[in-house]
Amino acid sequence: MTALTFKKSGSIQGGVRAPQPHDSAAKQLSGQAVYICDMPDVTGQVHIHVAYSAQAHARVIKMDLSEVRAYPGVICVLTADDIPGENDVSPVTPSDPVFAKGLVEYVGQSLFAVVAESLAVARLAAKRAVIEYQPFEALIDVETALARDHYVLPSKTLRKGNAARALESTPHRLQGALKIGGQDHFYLEGQAAFAMPGEDQDVTIYSSTQHPSEVQHCCARVLGIPDHCVTVEVRRLGGGFGGKESQPALFAAIAALAAKKTGQAAKLVLDRDDDMIMTGKRHDFMTHYDVGFDSNGVIQGIEMTLASRCGMSADLSGAINDRTVFHADNAYFLEHVTIHSHRCKTHTVSNTAFRGFGGPQGMMVIERVLEDIARHLGEDPLLIRRRNLYGQKERNITPYGMVIEDNILDTLLDQLEQDADYQKRRQQIQAFNWESPVLKKGLALTPVKFGISFTTKHLNQAGALIHIYSDGSIMLNHGGIEMGQGLYIKVAQVVAETLQVDIDRIKITAASTAKVPNTSATAASSGSDLNGKAAEVAAQKLKKRLQVFAAEHYGETTENVCFMPNQICIGNRVIPFDDLVKQAYLNRVSLSATGFYRTPEINFDADTQQGRPFYYFAYGAAVSEVLVDTLTGEYQVSRVDILHDCGESLNPAMDKGQIEGGFIQGMGWLTTEELVFDSSGQLKTHAPSTYKIPTCADRPPVMNINILENNPNRVETVYRSKAVGEPPLMLAISVFHALSDAVASLGDYRQRPTLNAPATPEAVLMACEAMHREVNG
Amino acid sequence: MAVGSQTIRFFLGEELQEVRGLDTNTTVLNYLRLQAGRRGTKEGCAEGDCGACTVVVGRPVGDHVEYRAVNACIQLLPTLDGCQLLTVEDVRSSTGELHPVQQILFNRNGTQCGFCTPGIVMSLLALSQQTGPISTYERQLALVGNLCRCTGYGPILDAAQDVSEKIEGTPEQPWQTPAWNQLQRTSPLSIEVGEKQFFAPQSVQELIQLLDEFPQSILLAGGTDVGLWVTKQQQALDTVIYLGEIAELQTTAFDQKGLVLGAMATYQAALPLIAEHVPALGALIERIGSMQIRNVGTIGGNIANGSPIGDMPPPLIALNATLYLRNSSGQRALPLEDFFIDYGKQDVRPGEFVEKIHIPLPPKHSLFNVYKVSKRFDQDISAVCGAFYVQLDAMPGEGREPLIVAARICFGGMAGTPARAFHVEQRLQGNRWNEETINKARVMMDQDYAPITDMRASASYRLQVAKNLLRRFYLESYMDRGAARIDRQPAVSR
Ligand SMILES: Cc1cc2nc3c(=O)[nH]c(=O)nc-3n(C[C@H](O)[C@H](O)[C@H](O)COP(=O)(O)OP(=O)(O)OC[C@H]3O[C@@H](n4cnc5c(N)ncnc54)[C@H](O)[C@@H]3O)c2cc1C
Ligand code: FES
Ligand code: FES
Repeated sequence: MTALTFKKSGSIQGGVRAPQPHDSAAKQLSGQAVYICDMPDVTGQVHIHVAYSAQAHARVIKMDLSEVRAYPGVICVLTADDIPGENDVSPVTPSDPVFAKGLVEYVGQSLFAVVAESLAVARLAAKRAVIEYQPFEALIDVETALARDHYVLPSKTLRKGNAARALESTPHRLQGALKIGGQDHFYLEGQAAFAMPGEDQDVTIYSSTQHPSEVQHCCARVLGIPDHCVTVEVRRLGGGFGGKESQPALFAAIAALAAKKTGQAAKLVLDRDDDMIMTGKRHDFMTHYDVGFDSNGVIQGIEMTLASRCGMSADLSGAINDRTVFHADNAYFLEHVTIHSHRCKTHTVSNTAFRGFGGPQGMMVIERVLEDIARHLGEDPLLIRRRNLYGQKERNITPYGMVIEDNILDTLLDQLEQDADYQKRRQQIQAFNWESPVLKKGLALTPVKFGISFTTKHLNQAGALIHIYSDGSIMLNHGGIEMGQGLYIKVAQVVAETLQVDIDRIKITAASTAKVPNTSATAASSGSDLNGKAAEVAAQKLKKRLQVFAAEHYGETTENVCFMPNQICIGNRVIPFDDLVKQAYLNRVSLSATGFYRTPEINFDADTQQGRPFYYFAYGAAVSEVLVDTLTGEYQVSRVDILHDCGESLNPAMDKGQIEGGFIQGMGWLTTEELVFDSSGQLKTHAPSTYKIPTCADRPPVMNINILENNPNRVETVYRSKAVGEPPLMLAISVFHALSDAVASLGDYRQRPTLNAPATPEAVLMACEAMHREVNG
Repeated sequence: MAVGSQTIRFFLGEELQEVRGLDTNTTVLNYLRLQAGRRGTKEGCAEGDCGACTVVVGRPVGDHVEYRAVNACIQLLPTLDGCQLLTVEDVRSSTGELHPVQQILFNRNGTQCGFCTPGIVMSLLALSQQTGPISTYERQLALVGNLCRCTGYGPILDAAQDVSEKIEGTPEQPWQTPAWNQLQRTSPLSIEVGEKQFFAPQSVQELIQLLDEFPQSILLAGGTDVGLWVTKQQQALDTVIYLGEIAELQTTAFDQKGLVLGAMATYQAALPLIAEHVPALGALIERIGSMQIRNVGTIGGNIANGSPIGDMPPPLIALNATLYLRNSSGQRALPLEDFFIDYGKQDVRPGEFVEKIHIPLPPKHSLFNVYKVSKRFDQDISAVCGAFYVQLDAMPGEGREPLIVAARICFGGMAGTPARAFHVEQRLQGNRWNEETINKARVMMDQDYAPITDMRASASYRLQVAKNLLRRFYLESYMDRGAARIDRQPAVSR
C-alpha cells in the first residue's frame, strides 16, 4: 500500500456545508459499486427461490413438495418445519411468520423456499409443488374491512377541545370524503440477502436492509441462537424508501436458514414481480371529514376519520397510523378537533413504512378540507390556507398538545408566493381557462410541516465508531444505512469538520452490527440527525484525547492546543495531524472511540396522546401548475417552484437531491402510480409494465428548487441542520391540488372537485365529468 | 439448409467472444452477470421496462457501425452474433478515468443509490454517439426507458444536456473499433444445445426452408414480446428462428402508392420515413416503449403478436394497410384488419411469416390522426389507442362545412382485437363535418364497443375516452396545434 498523502491548505476539503458529491458516485458510474446481487459467487453457493400463496385467505390443506425436492439441481426445500427457533419475523407484534403454516392471509405469503444450484432451477422446481387450499372469504379493501370492524390493532381517537360542540355552532359546515391510494416503493434494487455460515453457531448476513439490527434480531430469533452469533452487514442499498425497514427480515431469515441447513453460502434475490407481490407498500386510506368554519374560512371545529389498509398483520402500522394522526393538522391550527384512526386488517400484503410514514396521507386530508372550504366560499385556496396557518405566539398548539416553537411558515410562504409569482399566475390562469375550451390549467400552493423524530421514543438513539490509525487515516462507522440519500458522505463531513481534516482521510465503511450494536432503522428522516450526532460525539472524544495528549506532551495548556485544517497548533508550534496521531500512538493514547447520541427533549404519553413526540419540525412549500385535457383526463405538470427548509444544510447538493427526488416520488404517488388489487386479492400491477412510476419526461419542464437560506435549526441538531429525507415528498401534494384546481375551473371554482388519489388520467376525467354534472344539474 | 455455425461470435468490449454450448434461451443480461462475470449491468425488472440493464450494441450497417441502447434483460444472446456488446465496464478508460458521460453525471450529482446508474450511463453513451445537435425532446426520448426512483431526474437531464453540448459532432468512443472481419461468417448461425435450436437464416429463401423443416418453431424478431416469455413465464423456447439477419425483411421504402415496410424494420429504423409521410404515426411510434425497445422492436412483430393493445394495428387499419405474408407456397396479401380474427387468433397459415406491410398515404382532403391514451404518457401500454381517418370533399376551415365521403376508425384496447367503429363510421359518412355530426356519431361508440375493466382502465373510462377522442379529432381539424390536447411532442421531430 502506498502511503497516504494529505493536502495541507487553508481550509479542509469536504467539511460541513460543502456540496460534496456522493461518496460512491464514481463507483456507481463505472459499475463497480457492489450490491448484494453483485457479490462474487462463493464455492458451493446455493440460490433460493421463495414460493408463495396463490390465495388471499385460505387454509393450506395439502402441500406436496416431493416433486420439488426431486427436481434435478434442487438441494433442499425449506418449510415452517425447518425453523429451529420461532417462526416469526415481525418488527413489533408477532404476526409475520417466515413460512405460513396452515393459514395463509394474502396472495404472496411465503409458503416454502427452494434451495438449488441456480436460481433458474429453484424457480422451475417450485412450479412442481402441489398445493391445495380451502378458501375463506377474503376482505380486500378498507371499506369492507371497516364495515366488519376487522382491525390489526385497536382504533384510536385523538381529541383536543370539543369538536362536536364546535361543529354544532359554526356558520358553515361541510362533509367530504377522500380516497388516498397506496404506493409501491419501487426501489430499483429488489430485496436481497446473502448468508454465510460461520464457526460455532455463527452466521454473517449481507442484507439489503435499512435496519440491520432488526434483521440481526429476527434472524437470531428464527434460528434460535443469541444475537451475538449473527452479524449483519450493509454497504449500500439500491434504494429503500421505507420498503427495506421491516421487509428484509423475512428474506434474510430464509437465506440464513438455507445457509445453516446446507452449510453453504446462500443467496436470495427477489425478482421484480415477486418483490412487488410479496412485500408491503404505503398504506392506502379511506377518509371522511366533517368541518365547521367561519365566513373567513377559518376552521372552528373538525372531525376526521382515517381508515387505512394495513394488510394481514400489524407490521409497523401502529406507528404509521399514529403519524397520520399527528400530521392531519399539517400546517394548520385546529382548535377543536377529533381524529379517529382505524387500522384495518385486510387479506392483502402487510403494508409498511414508506417515506413519510403515514404523514403524507394525514396531510392530504386536511389539504382537501381547506380546498373544499375555499370552493364553498368562492375564495382562492391559498387565502384559506394562509388564514388557517399555525400562529407564532398563539394558535400554536398541535392536536397532540405540542407547542410549536420553530414556526417559519409565514416567512416561507411569503417568499415562495413571491418567487413563484403566484398571484399574477393565478390571474393568467383564470384568463387562460376562460378562453380555452378543452385544456384547463390549475395552480396550487401547499405547505408542509413535518415532525422529526421517531414517535417511538426509544428508537431515537444512535451509535458511531471511529478509529484513527497510526498513519493518520480514519475509519468511520455508524449505524446508518446508505441507500442513495448521501448519509455516508454527510456523516463523514461532520467528522472531517469536527477533526478539521480533509474528507479523503476518512474511510467510509459498511454498517455492521458487529461494529455498532442495537441501532435503529435508517428511517424517519433521522439518518444524519442521529448518526451525524453520534459520529460528532465520537470525533469530539478523539479530538479531546489528542488535545489533552498534545498539551501534556508539549507542555502547553489544552486551551493552547487548537485544531487547524489538517494540523494542530500547540502554543506556537504547528504539527501535521498525522504526526500528532503517530506520537499519540507511540505514547499509548487510545485512538478509537464510540459515540452515542439520544435525542433530547422528546416526550410523549401514548395513553393520553399528549406531549412532544417531535424534537422539531421541518418545513417547506411548493407551487405546482398543471395543464389538464378535459377530454381524456391526461395532464402535464408544467411548472413547480419549491422552497424548502433544511436548517443549515450539511450538504446542499445531497439535500437538493432529496428534495427533488422526494418531490417526484410524491408526484408519482398522487398521479400515475396506481396499485390495483382484484376482488380475489391478486395484485394486478406487479411490475413496471403495469405500475407506472414517473419517467424523466414527467419531470416538470420548469422546476425551481430553493433551500431556505440563513435558517439554522432552532434546536441543537448536528451543525444546526435539519432532516430532509421525507418532508419533500409531501411537497407534491401541490400537484394533486393543482389538478383539482383545474377541475374546479369547470365549475367556476365554486364547486368542490371530487378527485381521489392517485389522480390518474381516468380519475381526473371522472372528476371532470362529475363537475360537469354538478354544474349542469 | 447448409450446416451452419454452432458458435456465437461477438465482441464484448474489445474482446472477441466465441460462445458454444450455452442454452440458446440465455438472455444477454444473464450471460453478462452469470457467465462473463460482468455485474455492473443490473436487473431491475427483467421485462424491458426499467432500463437498469441497458447496454449498447454496435452493429455494422453498410460502411459504418450503429451503436444503439438495448435492454439486455430481454435480448437473447445468440442475436448478438456479429455485433459488439458494450457494457458499463467498457466505458471507463483503461487507466480508470471516467468517460465524459460519466464525469458529467458525476459533476451533476446524477446518481444517488446508483442502481439505475449503469443503465443511464449506457443510454447517454448511445445518445452521445449521435452526431449533430440533440434537442431537449430527443434527450427525453433517449432516457424515458431508464427509470430512476431516487433523483427525480433533474440532474440526469441536466447531465444529458451537458453531454449533448459537449460532444456535439465529435462522439467520444472509449473503446477500440474491433476487427469486424473476424466476425464475418460463411454459413448462417445454426445452434443446437440440448433440446433447443436456434437458427439465424440470412435470406428469405433460407427462412422458408427452415419453416418447412421446423413448422413448430418460434419466429424471433426484436424479441420485445418473445423475450418476456422466457424471463416472465419461464417458458423454454425450443426452436427459434431469428429474423434479424435477413436484410430483405428490413427494407423500408416510399413509392407512389405509399410506404412499404419490411416486417423486420425496427421502429427506430422506420421512424424517419414514417414521420416524414405520416407525421401522426411518427408521433405515435415515439410513444411506443422506450428508445431501447424501439431500437430492436419491429412493426412486423407488433402486428404478428396479435395483441389487442398493440399500437400499430389501429392506425394501420384506419389507413387501410395491406399485410403481406409468405410461405413456401408463395405470397399472400390481405387487408390488415382481416388478419385479426379473434382474441389470440390471427389469420396465419402453416409456415407463413409476415413479410411486409404496405401503407397507402392519406389522399387529398383527408384527415388522419391517432391518439394513445395511457396512465403514463411515455413508455406505457395503451388503455385506449384510437385512430381516425376521414375523407372529406374539402378541407375544414375553407369556407363551407365539408362533406364526409368516407371514414375509417379503429381502436385498440376496446375489444379482443383491434376493432373498427363501424356504427360511428356509418353515422359520419355522407354527413357534414360539423359539431352536430360528431355528437351524433360519438354516442354510436356504445354500439361498437363493450370494453373490459382491467388494471389499465375501467370499461367506462375507455368508452368515454373513445367518444371524446372523436371530438378531439374533430376539434383538431379547426383548432391550433396544441389547443385541443396537451402537446408534449414537438411539431417536427427531427
Ligand atoms: C418495455 C416494453 C414496452 C412496450 N411498449 C409497447 C407499446 O408502447 N406499444 C406496443 O404496441 N407494444 C409495446 N411493447 C410490445 C412490443 O415491443 C411490440 O409488440 C413490438 O413491436 C414487438 O416486436 P418485436 O420485433 O420485438 O417482436 P418479437 O417479440 O420478436 O415477436 C413478437 C411476436 O411476433 C412474432 N413475429 C415476429 N416477427 C414475425 C414475422 N415477421 N412473421 C410472423 N411472426 C412474427 C413472434 O413469433 C412473436 O409471436 C412493449 C414491450 C416492452 C417490453
Ligand atoms: S432489467 Fe429492467 S429493463 Fe431490463
Ligand atoms: S439513483 Fe437510485 S434509482 Fe436512480
